[in-house]
Amino acid sequence: MAKQYDLNDDSVVVVIGSGAGGGTLGTELALKGIDTVILEAGGRHEIDDFENDEWGNFGKISWLDKRTTSGSWRVANDFSGLPAWIVKAVGGSTVHWAGASLRFQDYEFKAKTTYGDIDGASLLDWPLTLAELEPYYDKAEDRMGVTRTHGIEGLPGNNNFKVMKAGADKLGYKNCHTGRMAINSASRDGRPACSQVGFCFQGCKFGAKWSTLYAEIPKGEQTGKLEVRPNSQVLMIEHDDSGKVNAVVYADKDGNQQRQKARAVCVAGNSIESPRLLLNSASSLFPDGLANSSGQVGKNYMRHMTGSVYAVFDKPVRMYRGTTMAGIITDESVNDPARGFVGGYEMETLALGVPFMAAFLNPGAWGREFTAAMDMYENMAGMWLVGEDMPQESNAITLHDSEKDQYGLAVPNVHFDDHANDIAMRNHAYQQGSAVYNAVGATQTYPTPPYPSTHNLGTNRMSEKPEQGVVNKWGQSHDIANLFVSDGSQFTTGGAENPTLTIVTLALRQADYIAEQMSQKAI
Amino acid sequence: MNTIPNMNFSRRRFLQTSSAAALVIVGGALINQQEAWGLETKALKPESMQTLIQMARDIFPHDRFADKIYAVAVKGYDDAAVDDEALKGIIEDGISELNQLANNGFDADYINVGWESDRNALLKQVESGPLFQKLRGDLVVSIYNNHDVWAMLGYEGESFSKGGYIERGFNDLEWL
Repeated sequence: MAKQYDLNDDSVVVVIGSGAGGGTLGTELALKGIDTVILEAGGRHEIDDFENDEWGNFGKISWLDKRTTSGSWRVANDFSGLPAWIVKAVGGSTVHWAGASLRFQDYEFKAKTTYGDIDGASLLDWPLTLAELEPYYDKAEDRMGVTRTHGIEGLPGNNNFKVMKAGADKLGYKNCHTGRMAINSASRDGRPACSQVGFCFQGCKFGAKWSTLYAEIPKGEQTGKLEVRPNSQVLMIEHDDSGKVNAVVYADKDGNQQRQKARAVCVAGNSIESPRLLLNSASSLFPDGLANSSGQVGKNYMRHMTGSVYAVFDKPVRMYRGTTMAGIITDESVNDPARGFVGGYEMETLALGVPFMAAFLNPGAWGREFTAAMDMYENMAGMWLVGEDMPQESNAITLHDSEKDQYGLAVPNVHFDDHANDIAMRNHAYQQGSAVYNAVGATQTYPTPPYPSTHNLGTNRMSEKPEQGVVNKWGQSHDIANLFVSDGSQFTTGGAENPTLTIVTLALRQADYIAEQMSQKAI
Repeated sequence: MNTIPNMNFSRRRFLQTSSAAALVIVGGALINQQEAWGLETKALKPESMQTLIQMARDIFPHDRFADKIYAVAVKGYDDAAVDDEALKGIIEDGISELNQLANNGFDADYINVGWESDRNALLKQVESGPLFQKLRGDLVVSIYNNHDVWAMLGYEGESFSKGGYIERGFNDLEWL
């Protein structure tokens, strides 16, 4: 009963992207009775398509279109063509995400005020507060079934968590548990409890993990107010003479160009594609790209301070069994400049299978030091370290001057340099992560460098003042009233927390705003 | 391909000075009598395939992996080289260079340099070259995506068809 809209129907809201931001927003708009078309660049892979196979599923769902990298970050050297590890499919990166669902803390919305002037950082306070977002955080957590909220029980701890917990206790950390996870600990919302399969990153075969693919979009489609068009790569957003956006040009599954008219357009293609699209949509009226009078589109790219620690023990751990990220220590997620850096970081259990461990443990390495680690795979425990990185104007998504994609459009270049604060935080996190494992008898620890970015943020940031950012507190562009940004690119700063819950929260809040603006005929 | 051969590893290693010694070339084929397999080459010289197998072991040395694991990981180059002159050139030229360096330093071809540390020193000299870069980049996938390797490293692979680990030991760790 999913609706099909005419290309010339100019009453529809067009949402570009179907992940945490776009999939949630599109569904919520439809539930409100608003005619909505979601254009998704990737295909529609339902649960049956997912494979418990790291490389197999990677090849199937990842965003592998050409991208270039620059800057001093190690990813540019190790994975020069793959700056980001995200999904190109209906559901976006909610297909492969781990499920960690943490609220931002109050001080993180006031980064500039809290941290002060940090050399080289383009910090700003968000134009909204935790208090304003709390009702929507509540709604998002309930909708996603986040454990340890709304009376939902925590997940049981797996072997990897047991090691983390024992180490955390020995070290004196006070806040270690199996996380706030959008993974069912008991059946809920028509989806079963987690079966501890262990392939969270390859798409949950049981559907126990929340994803817009099966937990949101079908509900939107059932209203008859939502059409999702997969294999639809948006090339450009068009506008009328007054500067209002009015259509979206995309390449369909056969590569033919189509033009969908629109009453409003919401961009949710993740923090690389979203600014790329705005920049590629430059016109005579907007020569620097849409919504870019500030010059901030594509700037302030953030990817979180990340790293991992894997540790070897004299007995088996088998960390790969069970929920990948159901384990967290939050004690370091505070702002304590006495540690030598501002902002905080989370320590979260993480396991990779043998194929990805080989690729990511120490990219480029060979010889006995490397194989000694791989030989101890069964006895390894692992954690991911994820914290707030400093926004820097020079960290940016730009259009490549010569490389073009299959549609003749400039490919994005992703430039990133670590800020000194990021490096100090990573070193502290490596030290603390190793200490957790050493406390329970690790014989080796491996400080593992960042993977290609999974948390891409900030390239269309929210700001109070139009000259400092791209969108206002509703994700509405400062320049064009009926153009919205609905993904993590609207983040003013990154916080320490995994971003999905906040992206969903902002999308739910934005849906209310769009509905109100439409009913007032403001857009 | 089988998993771990059922034999005494320390004895086997003692008898085998280098893994390459277990490989003999007969006509156009590589024969490993101990592991009971053979490999005929189509485009590459059999000596080159033998060298690739040794390089693969030296780049990712796992002493409990049979030669077969490494042979499987590099076998695809011979198939690809049939229609890919550029690849064939990278391999044959890279091996010539490596053997030249080995003869200069050790008066022997690469596979006959007895100690791994000496072979490593040779690999270090070609580390930035196209053959090494290609081999390392491909092997890190081809070796570690081999299900026989998974079994030896204690990785169980897919679990959905078995109902996950909810009833199969996701929290069976008792030693803490």
